Amino acid sequence: MTSFAAVIQLIYVLAAACFVIGLHLMNSPATARRGNQVSTAGMVVAVVATLVLLIHDGTVTAAGWIVLICGALAGSAFGLYSARTVQMTAMPQLVSMFNAVGGGAAALVGIYDYIHVEGLPGGVLGTTTVATLLDAIIGGVTLSGSIVAAGKLQGVITGQPVIFRGSRLINIALGVVIIGTAAFMLGTASLPALLIVVLASLAFGVMMVLPIGGADMPVVISLLNAFTGTAVAMAGIVIGNWALIVAGALVGASGGILTKLMADAMNRSLANIIIGGFGTGDSVVAAAGPGGDVQVKSIQADDAAIQLAYASKVVIVPGYGLAAAQAQHAVAELASLLEERGIEVSYAIHPVAGRMPGHMNVLLAEANVPYPQLKEMEEINPEFARTDVSLVIGANDVTNPAARRAGTAISGMPILDVDQSRSVIVIKRSMASGYAGIDNELYTDTKTSMYFADAKTALADLTAAVKTLVG
Amino acid sequence: MSTALVTDLTIFVLALLVGVEVIGKVPATLHTPLMSAANSIHGIVLVGALLIGVTADNAVGYILAFVAAFFAAANVVGGYVVTGRMLKMFRRKTVPPQPAPEAPVGTVGASDRDRPAANGRPA
Repeated sequence: MTSFAAVIQLIYVLAAACFVIGLHLMNSPATARRGNQVSTAGMVVAVVATLVLLIHDGTVTAAGWIVLICGALAGSAFGLYSARTVQMTAMPQLVSMFNAVGGGAAALVGIYDYIHVEGLPGGVLGTTTVATLLDAIIGGVTLSGSIVAAGKLQGVITGQPVIFRGSRLINIALGVVIIGTAAFMLGTASLPALLIVVLASLAFGVMMVLPIGGADMPVVISLLNAFTGTAVAMAGIVIGNWALIVAGALVGASGGILTKLMADAMNRSLANIIIGGFGTGDSVVAAAGPGGDVQVKSIQADDAAIQLAYASKVVIVPGYGLAAAQAQHAVAELASLLEERGIEVSYAIHPVAGRMPGHMNVLLAEANVPYPQLKEMEEINPEFARTDVSLVIGANDVTNPAARRAGTAISGMPILDVDQSRSVIVIKRSMASGYAGIDNELYTDTKTSMYFADAKTALADLTAAVKTLVG
Repeated sequence: MSTALVTDLTIFVLALLVGVEVIGKVPATLHTPLMSAANSIHGIVLVGALLIGVTADNAVGYILAFVAAFFAAANVVGGYVVTGRMLKMFRRKTVPPQPAPEAPVGTVGASDRDRPAANGRPA
């Protein structure tokens, strides 16, 4: 290794250190912005070092430079535009698209390297092929899977699980093709075989995500994030670059941890989610009003406002229904009105509230809710016993006390102990059940009042009623 | 098995363990920005795209290099910008929509001679 190459290699190590420190600073909202800056600095250093290396070697042709620069500039413009304009509710789609392009780029690096090395005398090394294959397979699955996931989140593809006769057979066939061709390639270098692997992987990615329901998206996005990281690390092994290996491994670890957290919060195994059949998508069941045989207490804005205005501690429990109704600003307004009266207001956030890990926190932060008010499940659960009013907005299964008993569809799922507060107000459009498809026992509890309305309208009416009351 | 591959695998496994250790401490509040930050970090694949793009010398090579550079650049730039945008929203206390900017910006006239560079920057 020449001393110049060694310096470049050390700069890559520095960049990798910046990524680790940047992620470490994300452990508190107070330092997170600095973390992002440190990480960005690491990235800039790595890219500049690479450019210096390329210029120093002088092997890039003029056409090569034009292609790379045009590609990078166009990509940057596209990335910048989408990052600037995206709505916070659409964040999961954007993250999914970044997973797709990251995985796609990693696969292309592997494929290109293969084409190039195959053309050299001596052919492909057996060991390189393993990493190349993993890179191509994981990258391909991530690219197509993430696009389907983004389509589902955007509503372009139905959020319902898409399951058709023989779909499992197709999956098995694709798996056999991928593994078989890959095994063949370990012995014989063949470009057409690699293309078969890539195409089969792309098809497998589509088939993997299609049967998964909209409600399971936090798990899917986390999993695809882990895949992207792994694909990038494999690309790093293919071209022998440490920066790619370390960065890919970090992302793989992050995605893996989040996948496990999300699956645990749903009390389901990863295999169960991938195979599907439970997450029935996010379609809203037609509003039916209170069912005939269940005894539920209905409430209007005025009475609900009285309960809220004379409470000393209020906990707001937001679910995806809040985000779907774009009501995060309305809830923040009501909360600050209550706070002005000296009422202690906090938000109870279930890990799977929203469409990706931590999504609800971002939506509320956008509505200017200070982050110390956002409480995680373990933190808020002991506080429900001394809460006067819990205001549940568009959350269902995560508040169902039936989860504590054995023998129900959600048994064992960690829930928010809303039923332990002195009174509960539920804002909901109808008595329709949640994703789990079972009745919520919280709604028929004697201390629960149901406020049947759209979240945004209800919160506006509540805010107006509180204002008149205390005005 | 070559020495290079063993070294690479060692680095991979160690980095994975570091990642698990560091990321396990991130609170649920920040999980979305965390995933977005992780997303921008895997934009490092841009370096890979640049390094392989070097050897491109035919049409197929140029197309692959172009697409790889486009994907990777979109990933890295978009990732960092959107993470920054999200993190900016996390505040300790509710602030009025138009917070008083820092002193140097508000008193540009007074400090103009001392800090001419501050003038050109957007607030």
